[in-house]
Amino acid sequence: MLQLPCPYCGPRDELEFSCGGEAHISRPLANNKISDAAFGEYLFLRDNPKGVFLERWRHASGCRRWFNVVRDTVSHDILEVYAMGSKPRRTAGKKAYNNSWRRTTAAEAAAVNK
Amino acid sequence: MVASDIDRGHGALNDKKKRYSAFALARNAASYHQDWQRAWRKASPKASYDAVIIGGGGHGLATAYYLASVHGMKNIAVIEKGWIGGGNTGRNTTIIRSNYLWDESASIYEHALKLWEGLAQDLNFNIMFSQRGVLTIAHSEHELKEMSRRVHAIRLNGIDSDVMSPAEIKKFVPCINIDQSIRYPVMGGFVQQRGGTARHDAVAWGYARAADDMGVDIIQNCEVTGLRRKGRKIIGIDTNMGFIKTNKVGCVVAGHSSVMADMAGIHLPLASRPLQALVSEPIKPILDTVIMSNAVHMYISQSDKGEMVLGAGVDKYNSYAQRGSFPVPEHMIAAAVELFPFMSRLRMLRHWGGIVDTCPDASPILSKTDIDGLYFNCGWGTGGFKATPGSGHVFADLIANDRPNKIAAPYALSRFETGFLIDEHGAAGVAH
Ligand SMILES: Cc1cc2nc3c(=O)[nH]c(=O)nc-3n(C[C@H](O)[C@H](O)[C@H](O)COP(=O)(O)OP(=O)(O)OC[C@H]3O[C@@H](n4cnc5c(N)ncnc54)[C@H](O)[C@@H]3O)c2cc1C
Ligand SMILES: [Zn+2]
Repeated sequence: MLQLPCPYCGPRDELEFSCGGEAHISRPLANNKISDAAFGEYLFLRDNPKGVFLERWRHASGCRRWFNVVRDTVSHDILEVYAMGSKPRRTAGKKAYNNSWRRTTAAEAAAVNK
Repeated sequence: MVASDIDRGHGALNDKKKRYSAFALARNAASYHQDWQRAWRKASPKASYDAVIIGGGGHGLATAYYLASVHGMKNIAVIEKGWIGGGNTGRNTTIIRSNYLWDESASIYEHALKLWEGLAQDLNFNIMFSQRGVLTIAHSEHELKEMSRRVHAIRLNGIDSDVMSPAEIKKFVPCINIDQSIRYPVMGGFVQQRGGTARHDAVAWGYARAADDMGVDIIQNCEVTGLRRKGRKIIGIDTNMGFIKTNKVGCVVAGHSSVMADMAGIHLPLASRPLQALVSEPIKPILDTVIMSNAVHMYISQSDKGEMVLGAGVDKYNSYAQRGSFPVPEHMIAAAVELFPFMSRLRMLRHWGGIVDTCPDASPILSKTDIDGLYFNCGWGTGGFKATPGSGHVFADLIANDRPNKIAAPYALSRFETGFLIDEHGAAGVAH
C-alpha cells in the first residue's frame, strides 16, 4: 500500500486519497481557435510514462484538498509533493515537467499565452 | 451486424506427424513421450520482414496467425521482450462473453466469440474453451432495470442474453447466497449462456504453434527499443538483438503501448494501471459457471484444477510495476465471501497483477497512425482476453490492406478527435 504525505495532514494510507491523474493540463481558453484535434488532445490524450510522473492527488477522506505529487510509476517512490498551482522544484520533477510532450501542444499554448 | 462468413484461415498443421490427436498421443506414449516435436521453433531475427508484430501476447500472436493464414503474409515475425503469453494474456481471469451494449462492440466481441467457437479445431490445440455461461448479478432495483435494457439491446444484435430472477439464479448457482438481508442482496441478473472461459496460456501457445507452422518467426527475449522511420514512413525497429528492417509494424503491447507510442512521437489516450487477480487452493467442483458483479466489483469462476479464480477492479493510480495495492484484493475477497459464505474458510494460494491499458471510453483502439506502416492495437484494458481471436483477425486485415474493415473502423484513434466514443463503461466498468 502507498503512503502519501498530505502536505496539510502528514503521511496517510493510500485508502484516504483519490488520484486525479496527470497534473498540469491547462484548459484551453473558451475563446481560443484551436482545432478539434488539439482540443481532443487536451480532453483525452494522456501522458503515461514508465518512470517519473507528475500527478494530482486529493486527500478525499481527510482535509479534502488537492496537491501534486512526483511519483515513479515503476518503483512507486514518491519523489516530491508540491502545492496546486506551483511547479516541481527538484531535478526529477523539473525534468519530467519540461520534457513532457504536453508542453508543446496547441491546447497548452492556447491556455498559457493568452 | 456480424458477418457469418468469417474467413477463419487455413493451411496450418496438415502434417499428420505434427498434428495433435488421440493417435499422436498413443504413438508418443510408446516412446514415453520423449519424442514430441517443439511446439514452435526457437527463431532468431532475420535482417528484414514484410511485417513485424511487437508483443507476443494473445492479440499479437493471433494477428500474426491471421496475417499468415488469411492474408498469406508468411515472411513476418512476432517480437516479444519476455516469453510469449507472459503479459496480460497469462495473467487474466479468462472470462469470455460478447454481451456489450453498443453495436460497434457487439460486432467485434461477437466476431471474436464466433472465432472462439471452433478455435481449438482451427489451431489443432486444446484451448479448453468452455461455454459454461457468464452470469452478471444486479444488487439494486436500478441496476436490474438498467440490466434489462442492456439485455434487450444485446438481443437486438442477435446475441444471446437472458434476465434471471433470484430464484432462477439460486437454481443455476446453488452455492450463492441470495439472502435479502445482506448488504448488497442479489436482486436478479442476466446470463449469456454462450460465454465462458478458456485456458489463457493454451491460447498463446496454440496461436504460436500454428503461426510458426506457416513460417512465422516467434522471437522471444527480444525487446524493441526504438521505432525507426524515414519522414512519415516506418522503416524498421531497433531491438536488443539489433536492427530489423520492415515497412509494417503492428504494436500490440497492452500496458506498454504509451511507451511504444513515445518512441514514434505519438500520443495515446491511455493510462496504464495494475489489475489484480488471485486463486485459492483447489477444491472439489462447486461452481460451474462464471459470476460477475459490477456493484460489489468482483468476478469469480472455478478452474478445472479446482481453484477459485477471483478478480476485481483496477488500482486507482498509474503503474508499470505488475503488482497491485492491497486494498483491492481485500475488497474483492469481502465481496466474494458475502456472496459465497463457504469461501471464508478458503486459503488463497497465488496473487498477481498485470498492467492494463485503460482507455477513456473503455473500448479498444485498432488504428492506423499518421506514420505510414505503423499500426496500434491497444486500449483493451481490463477486458481484452475475450476479444483475442477477433482482435487478431481484424487487426491482421488492417495491416494487410492498410485500411480498417467495417468491424475495426469505429475503433480508430480519430474518435478522440471527432468525439464518436464507444462508451462501454456500463458493460466494461467491471474489470473482466
Ligand atoms: C488480472 C487480470 C484479469 C483480467 N481478466 C480478464 C477477463 O476475465 N476477461 C478478459 O476478456 N480480459 C481480462 N483481462 C484483460 C486481458 O488480459 C488483456 O486485455 C489481454 O490479455 C491483452 O492481450 P495482449 O496480447 O494485447 O497483451 P499482453 O498479453 O499483455 O501482451 C503484450 C506483450 O507485449 C510485450 N511487450 C511490451 N513491450 C515490449 C517491447 N518493448 N518489445 C517487445 N515486446 C514488448 C509484453 O512483454 C507482453 O507479452 C485481464 C487482465 C488482467 C491483468
Ligand atoms: Zn490532508
